[in-house]
Amino acid sequence: MSTTVAFILAAAALAGLAVAPLFLNAYGIGLLVGMTGYVVLASAWAMFSGPTRYVSLATVAFFGIGAYTVAVLSETLPYPLVLLCACAIGLTVALIVGLSTLRLAGIYFVIFTFGLAELIRQLVTWYEVNVTGTLGRYIFLPFEGIHIYWQLLALAAVTLLLSWWISRSRLGLALRAVGDDEVVAAHAGINVSRAKLMLFALSATIITLVGAIQAPRWVYVEPAIVFNPTISFLTLIMALLGGATRLWGPALGAVPLFLLFEWLSANFPNYFSIILGIFFICIVFFLPQGVLAKIEGLRRPAGKVPPEDKERSGAA
Amino acid sequence: MLIDTLITGLVAGGTYALVAMGLTIQFGISRIMNLAHGDTIIAACFASFILFSVFGLSPILALMIVVPAGYVLSDAIYRLIMRPLVARAPNAGALEVDSILVTFGLLFVIQGVLLVAFGGNYTGYTFLNTPVDLFGTIVAANRLLALFLALVFGITLIFVLSRTRWGMTLRAVSIAPENAPLVGIDINRAARTAFALGGALAATAGVVVSMYQTFTATIGVIFTMKALIVVILGGKGSLTGALIGGLLLGLVETFVAAYIDPGLTLAATYTIFLLLLILRPTGFFGQAG
Amino acid sequence: MSQTVLRRAFLRSVSAFGAAALFLSAMSEGATAQDDRTSVRIGYAVSLSGANAGGAGITTIPNYRLWVEDVNAAGGLLLPDGSRLPIEVIEYDDRSSSEEAVRAVERLATQDEVDFILPPWGTGFNLAIAPLMARAGYPQIAVTAVTDRAPEFVERWPSSFWLLGGGADYSTALAAVMAEARDAGAINNQVAMISVADGFGIDLVNAARPALAEAGFELVYDEVFPVGTSDFSTILNEARATTADSFVAFSYPPHTFALMQQSQVVDYSPPLFYLGVGAGFPVFQNMNAENVEGVMSLGGIDPNNPQNAAYRERHQEVIGAPADYWASVITYSSLQMLQQAIERVGLDREAVTQELATGTFETAAGTITLENNQLRDLWWVGQWQGGTFVGVAPTDREGASAPQLPKPGWN
Repeated sequence: MSTTVAFILAAAALAGLAVAPLFLNAYGIGLLVGMTGYVVLASAWAMFSGPTRYVSLATVAFFGIGAYTVAVLSETLPYPLVLLCACAIGLTVALIVGLSTLRLAGIYFVIFTFGLAELIRQLVTWYEVNVTGTLGRYIFLPFEGIHIYWQLLALAAVTLLLSWWISRSRLGLALRAVGDDEVVAAHAGINVSRAKLMLFALSATIITLVGAIQAPRWVYVEPAIVFNPTISFLTLIMALLGGATRLWGPALGAVPLFLLFEWLSANFPNYFSIILGIFFICIVFFLPQGVLAKIEGLRRPAGKVPPEDKERSGAA
Repeated sequence: MLIDTLITGLVAGGTYALVAMGLTIQFGISRIMNLAHGDTIIAACFASFILFSVFGLSPILALMIVVPAGYVLSDAIYRLIMRPLVARAPNAGALEVDSILVTFGLLFVIQGVLLVAFGGNYTGYTFLNTPVDLFGTIVAANRLLALFLALVFGITLIFVLSRTRWGMTLRAVSIAPENAPLVGIDINRAARTAFALGGALAATAGVVVSMYQTFTATIGVIFTMKALIVVILGGKGSLTGALIGGLLLGLVETFVAAYIDPGLTLAATYTIFLLLLILRPTGFFGQAG
Repeated sequence: MSQTVLRRAFLRSVSAFGAAALFLSAMSEGATAQDDRTSVRIGYAVSLSGANAGGAGITTIPNYRLWVEDVNAAGGLLLPDGSRLPIEVIEYDDRSSSEEAVRAVERLATQDEVDFILPPWGTGFNLAIAPLMARAGYPQIAVTAVTDRAPEFVERWPSSFWLLGGGADYSTALAAVMAEARDAGAINNQVAMISVADGFGIDLVNAARPALAEAGFELVYDEVFPVGTSDFSTILNEARATTADSFVAFSYPPHTFALMQQSQVVDYSPPLFYLGVGAGFPVFQNMNAENVEGVMSLGGIDPNNPQNAAYRERHQEVIGAPADYWASVITYSSLQMLQQAIERVGLDREAVTQELATGTFETAAGTITLENNQLRDLWWVGQWQGGTFVGVAPTDREGASAPQLPKPGWN
């Protein structure tokens, strides 16, 4: 019954957010678009990286694939089909990458995912230059900020629902076991590889969709624009700030950080990099497990540490 | 043609080796994956540019100022930022991931300071841009200097690390950090020294690179990527690996440009990099595990 | 899952979005219009940090600041009624990201309600903000956007202006200059050509291939290199090994600098030596001193135009660095056009747009009249002559210098 109540409340909040842009100006809607985009990115990132503790920097690789798919297909296919194609491409790449990196752990996985984004960018560039003979594509879809926002909001709802469902399912259990100790998990009869692969693919597909949905806002797309590695890092730090192992953690990290960045770039345009860097360092220092864990840690009597907070990145 | 490509590749590789050596020491011994490595290099570029254009100091002499400064500053950064992370990390894996995140923040701080101080413009000067005939192939003296310095520093350090007591200490920390204290080694000090040494090497690379490459405050990440590839190629913590890996990278890029397609040089680099990560993550010269 | 956990989870979601809602509610009100205004609010979002900071830092930012300084030093913008209003600047950093650029413009238009918005740096970013600018009724005087599709964009966004031509303009003009030089016997009919694998380079090279072929040239070397390339030894050695008298590189600034340095080392000094973006930057001349003589590139100036000389002097004085020889003076002139349009018709954006499209303006780059919202009177090819980068094509344009070929060898 309590679950029902929670769902009703969540649905009400969703409805509220859905009508919100009707009362806002274009900038307000722009903020909602950016914010919701990062809420989805951070939540999707945490879906895989939270329980397994595999830190992925491939976010922008999939984000860029989504954006590029829309740029390539938007004039030949109806929009829903374009999104489906983006999903299919993102999923395929994720499965290939997932299968080939199953043996990598710890820092090697981090570095691999970082390099992956660059490789995909180089290949897209080479293909465009040598095969299609253009670089830079135009997207003329009749979407305004509000349409993009509604799509992102729907995706956010689906992502959070999936995360919630996974955390209760056998799959979620299996992944948490991987995060705690991969060897023990394997011995306990959990198909570690399959669990990791499934979640990586799901998370990557959602990230691909974010890129696909946001791309029409930029009108013009080229590799340097859509494969910007900062996106991977911002997603990561947002999820960490909120807490990557909690359902609402990434969203709670994304919203305040996004607003802070917006405030900084408006009020200190010349010092943005310095302040951002100091902030980044502070988060790693003072909130390594995220805000939620910090708050709960303050409430809980000293000495009792929930198992998921013991260490963030066990695999080495 | 073949000799030409070989020599051009080796000279280009000298720069990569020089750029990567600092990172491999920091990563291998201090367990810090320093994403701000490239920005340290750029900071050194600006330092030698100022020394050259304002004080008229030759970049060779600038090395005497910038390299010790790189050591001292890196030492301070280690004490201030890295040490607390090392102290709280439950294991090497957690430290490596924490260090990636914290040095990413550091990257923005350095970049921001450079932007405020110098703006976003392209900066550069010319020094030793004179031809040198090397077995019939013409190469630039300043690029040859990079290769020369990479070899000198690399071989000296390899020798020092393998033959002196001080070097043995550092290597012991790199190979078996958990056992080092048992034989009376101060791990914290060794890690700090290695981190500072890496900073000094980054400063060296910066001074040398500034002689032939124009730079902006925001291109540090390009050097970090190159260094990262070389480090993975050579194996973490291995100076021999960084030296050979760097030269190899130069050769690969030059051969791909000469015999396949200049458009594929970087794609080829990343393909080798990713394949190697999958097949042999410890690199060609890294110790297992 | 217990009830408390659920409640806590819900409260979290509410508090997260609640904070956002609070922030957003401030957005819906916006600034109220002032009747007795004390300033003209002008906003812009450019790349102060990130990958584009290098380009924006040389062409866009210094000229925006110089113009504001110049106008305010004179007492402000002159209005039709003879009064003057100072400029109030609102500056944002787009962090070299399209999404940030779009949102910054939304903010300028609907939150800050500025009177005019100056464009960002780069083709991609100008296109990203174009629909917003058009919808909100702001004239967009895009300078650092080189595109062959400008006529189509003008149709799509009638309040947009495109001031730096398209890739084909530059390539076709170069082919014409080369054909003339060949017919005069200064160069042979073979060309070694390289291009960067990025938007602008590809635009130029795609237009150059047919233009050169039509002019009767033979491409003996034609390669594309990735943006990240820093070592050009192989490319230069292969180009030198050909019998071509012309070397053409459609490059970006880092490549332009490296190509110039390395060709001196390998002593590759073909009779016609053309480099891409960056050859008109002050740092290019500083680094290469008298060796720049004879090098060709995009842009240029009329060395005998006194307004341009005065502008360059002022740029040096206020910014502390010389202006570049391609887009800088056009950027400053675009602002002078805005200034003069305001002087004639006031602050009404529709009227200003109309005036920009039809009026004639006296600027640092000479007298400017737009054709179909585009500036067509530009220097497509320039050449370093006697320490100044002068415009050589179109050859029939007033103030054009004669191309001097073959280029002298390196010192």
